[in-house]
This record gives sequence, C-alpha cells and structure tokens, in this order.
Amino acid sequence: MADTTAPAPAAPGASAAVLRTEARLFLREPAALFWIVAFPSLLLTVLGLVPPFREPSEDLGGLRVIDLYVPVAVLLSTVVAGVQVLPNTLTGYRERGILRRLSTTPVRPRALLTAQLALHGATVLVSVVLALAVGRLAFGVALPEQPLGYLLALVLTAFAGLALGATVSALSRTVKIAQTIGTIVFFPAMFTAGVWVPVQTMPDLLRRIVELSPFGAASQALDRAAAGEWPAWTHLGLTGLWALLLTCVAIRWFRWE
Amino acid sequence: MPVIEVNGLTKTYGGRTVVDGVSFTVEEGEIFGILGPNGAGKTTTVECVEGLRSPDAGTVRVAGLDPVADHDRVTLLLGAQLQESELQAKITVREALELYSAFHPRPADWRPLAERLGLVERLDTRFAKLSGGQKQRLFIALALVGDPRVVVLDELTTGLDPRARRDTWRLIEDVRDSGVTVLLVTHFMEEAQRLCDRVAVIDKGRVAALDTPAGLIGRTAASTIVSFTPSRPLDEHELAALPDVNSVTRKGDRVHLGGSDETVNALLSLLARHRVTAGQLRVTDATLDDAFLDLTTPATAPTTATTDREEA
Repeated sequence: MADTTAPAPAAPGASAAVLRTEARLFLREPAALFWIVAFPSLLLTVLGLVPPFREPSEDLGGLRVIDLYVPVAVLLSTVVAGVQVLPNTLTGYRERGILRRLSTTPVRPRALLTAQLALHGATVLVSVVLALAVGRLAFGVALPEQPLGYLLALVLTAFAGLALGATVSALSRTVKIAQTIGTIVFFPAMFTAGVWVPVQTMPDLLRRIVELSPFGAASQALDRAAAGEWPAWTHLGLTGLWALLLTCVAIRWFRWE
Repeated sequence: MPVIEVNGLTKTYGGRTVVDGVSFTVEEGEIFGILGPNGAGKTTTVECVEGLRSPDAGTVRVAGLDPVADHDRVTLLLGAQLQESELQAKITVREALELYSAFHPRPADWRPLAERLGLVERLDTRFAKLSGGQKQRLFIALALVGDPRVVVLDELTTGLDPRARRDTWRLIEDVRDSGVTVLLVTHFMEEAQRLCDRVAVIDKGRVAALDTPAGLIGRTAASTIVSFTPSRPLDEHELAALPDVNSVTRKGDRVHLGGSDETVNALLSLLARHRVTAGQLRVTDATLDDAFLDLTTPATAPTTATTDREEA
C-alpha cells in the first residue's frame, strides 16, 4: 500500500549544496591545489629561466623549448588531477563509508561523484589559464591561435584524465591500492604527456606509439591548435575514444561501498 | 498501522545465509529494538530496511514503500545512523548539519538539535578532530535533521561514556515522544531494557523471540533469582524439589536458586520448617541479560554464564 502523503523526492538545490560543500572542502586541501594548479606553471617557469630553452631552435622548426612546454604544463595538470588526486579522494570517500551514508539520504552518492569530477575539471581549467598566462607574460609564448580547437582538445583531455582517475578508483578497493596504482600510472602518463621529452620532439617511431595514448594524442591535438591549425581528427578522436572507454570501465567497475 | 513491515526477509552472502526468514512489524511511534550477538544478522536486517541492500527473498516495507524500488521516497521519511561510516575529514559540524538539512524539503531546525546533543561548542570543529562520542552524536543529529518519520539507529551508544549514553537515551525517548518511530539495533541489554517498547532477539539470522523486554524476562527459565547463606547446610534434594526451581548452585556457603516468585515463597516456608535462618537473603529479578543468554546460542563452547544454569 503506497503512502500518498509521502513527499515528492529530492529537495531542490540538494546537489548544489553538495557541490558547494565539496568546493569548500577542496579549498582546504592546499597540497592537492599546489600540485594541480601551481606545480605545472612552476615547472614552466623553471624551464623558462634556462637561457637556451628560450632560443629558437632549428631542430624544433624555429620554435623554442619553452613553446613546447606550455602544452606539457597543461597536460601535467590533468595528469596530476586525474591520476594522483581524484582517485585518492573518491576511493577515500568509498572506503570511509561516506558514499554509503549518502545512500541513506535523498541525495544519491552520484551527486558527490559528479561534484568531485566538476571540481577537478574546474581546477585543471584554472591551472591551464595560469600556465597560458605565465607562458605568455613571462616568456612571450603565443596564446593558442586556434582557440576553439584548443578548447575542444582541452575538454577532451580533461575528460580523459578524469575518466582515468575514476577508473583507477573503480579498480582500487582501498586508498593504499589507489595510491599505488596512481603512482604506477603516473610515470607513463607523464612520459606520454611529454614531460621529459616533448611529444613533438620524440623520434618518429616513438612518437607514433605515444600518439596512441590518451595524453600523447592530446598533446598533438593541443600542439596543432596552439600553432593555429585545427587539431587532427585522429588525435581528437583518440583522446575522445580513450575518455569514452575509460568512462565505461569506471562505470562498469565502480563500487559504491 | 505498522510503519515498518519485514516479512520472511532472507539474505545470503557467498552461500552463507546471514538473515534467514526474519519477520517483524514496527508500529508507528514505538521504539523497537533488534538485539542479538555479533554476527547474528542485525545490521544486514536494518540495511534492508534502509534500502542499502536488496533482500534475496521476502519483503520489506517502510510506510508501505519498498526501500529499494522507492529508495528516493523512503530516504525522505527514514533517517539512518550507520555503523562504521564517516564523514569527510575536513567538514565542520556546522557544515555537515547544514548540508544534510539541504537534502530535505522540510528539514528540522538543526540548531536545537545540536544543542540537545551537546554539539554547540563543536560547530566549527572539523570531523576528524571530534572525539568518538562527538562523532556519534553528530551522526544521530544527521539522522534526525531531515525530520524523519522513522529513524534507524545502529549501535548508537557504542563509544559513548556512561553519562553521554544516558543523555542519548533521554534524547531517543524525546524523539519517540514527538511521534517518531525508532528502530534500534543494539547489543546493550540495559539499553534495550530501558528504551524499547518491544524487542526482537535475532540469533543466527532468525528471530529467536519477539516480545516486550518484561515479556522476554518473564519467559526465561529463571525469572527470579534468590541467594542466601543458610545457618545450617540444607538438603540439596529438598531445594531442587521446590516449585518452579530450575537451578541450584552453591558457591562456598552461599546458595543460589533460580526460579519464580513461587520458589521464593516455598523456600521461606522450607527454611522456617527447618528453623534455618537465611543470612544475607537477596531476591532479584532476572534481567534482559539472562533472557538473552537463554534465547541465544553461544558461538563457542558454553560460557561460564550459562554453565550455572545447566547444572540444574
């Protein structure tokens, strides 16, 4: 017998309240904020202070090393947010029963997950703006000349990075495991993002392989858009495909408790 | 009309039946206790009521709604305090209360609630910095902040000191007096005896007994226990022949008899007949503890608490 006096589900603004609270809590994590927002630009600054890196090089087609490192900084921020910070937060929320507790309220734990993804995405965006600003103002690196293509590549990159983080969390039962998997994934992710050797300067064969990875493909897409071209659909497509694939894996394997 | 109906609830994990055909109903406005040894299936049972788990067999209804299929509606009228579940480490007490209030269309005012639970001085303290008791009180506040019709409290006073425990009991009685139905999971006999209108004793996934605390105590083999030191030794057979006696034990000079009021009367006339005086005569009612031990089977070999009775 259904109780007709039962109120209609969900208080308006409940998900907004979750997002607001999570945003406040995110601001209380200075270490996470440092690694996502400040670290990539800091790395960019350090490299920019090395005089030869500011000299145009014939090997790079007249570009300077610092020019290549702006997209690297952008990708680095995504990698840190997706692989290092997000899985720890999500796995911790599950391990400590926070998602479970939320299941007994009118708000589904999905709201908490969505809030976390949105916040990490927004933080990456702030980091990107900072890296572009530092590149432009301190070292005269041109702003992306194909802004729309750049933005599209950026959105797909962030999507792929966060999906990778959600996948790590889905596959990790505890925070310890998430940290371990995160660290294992972190180094190849940084390599394919071009932190050690920018993807554009890699030997041909290596570049072709790296281009198949989510961050390698993203690096190429960002590089083209920065140079004023529309990014190749193969690179955009590959980044998007990775994002989609990882999202499916995360949804399939994620456990709420 | 019952507000919670559990009928033939069965839940199996990996071939092990944790809850095996549990049935009970909880009437609107009562405090209903679920009592049982560790691993008896208490928590699994209430998790099915909360809609956190779906039953393998049987039905669960909360205000006529299926907690799994109608989860959204059920969460609006059911507040839950879970065992072993935390909050975000850096959320403050105030933020948690405000957040959980925002989930409900018509929340209770959290300020008086925080005051009643002694959380006012801790409003700006982060969750990780709270003591065990403060965390527990915050969870109770969060369960009540939605102004629910039913509140499920799982081991609510675990980790509280005796004073905080008594304060919490008073709060639960106030909650019930305001018309809220309380489903209480506990392994504290004193808590069940003090608070519950009715108690279901669950053992090995089944309901071993369902009655008022007084009814459960009355059902025990020995509802009255009398102990005394006789001035002269008494014949054990005469003691064992007293009406309703079900246990006779000696500890040194002291004799303990388990039985009923009848036993006490008969004992007094027996002592008078033999002109024996009873030193330090004590007559006590059995407690829910005794009832519980009678109703549940020990997990391992019989403990000392039950051997006394088995000598009879």
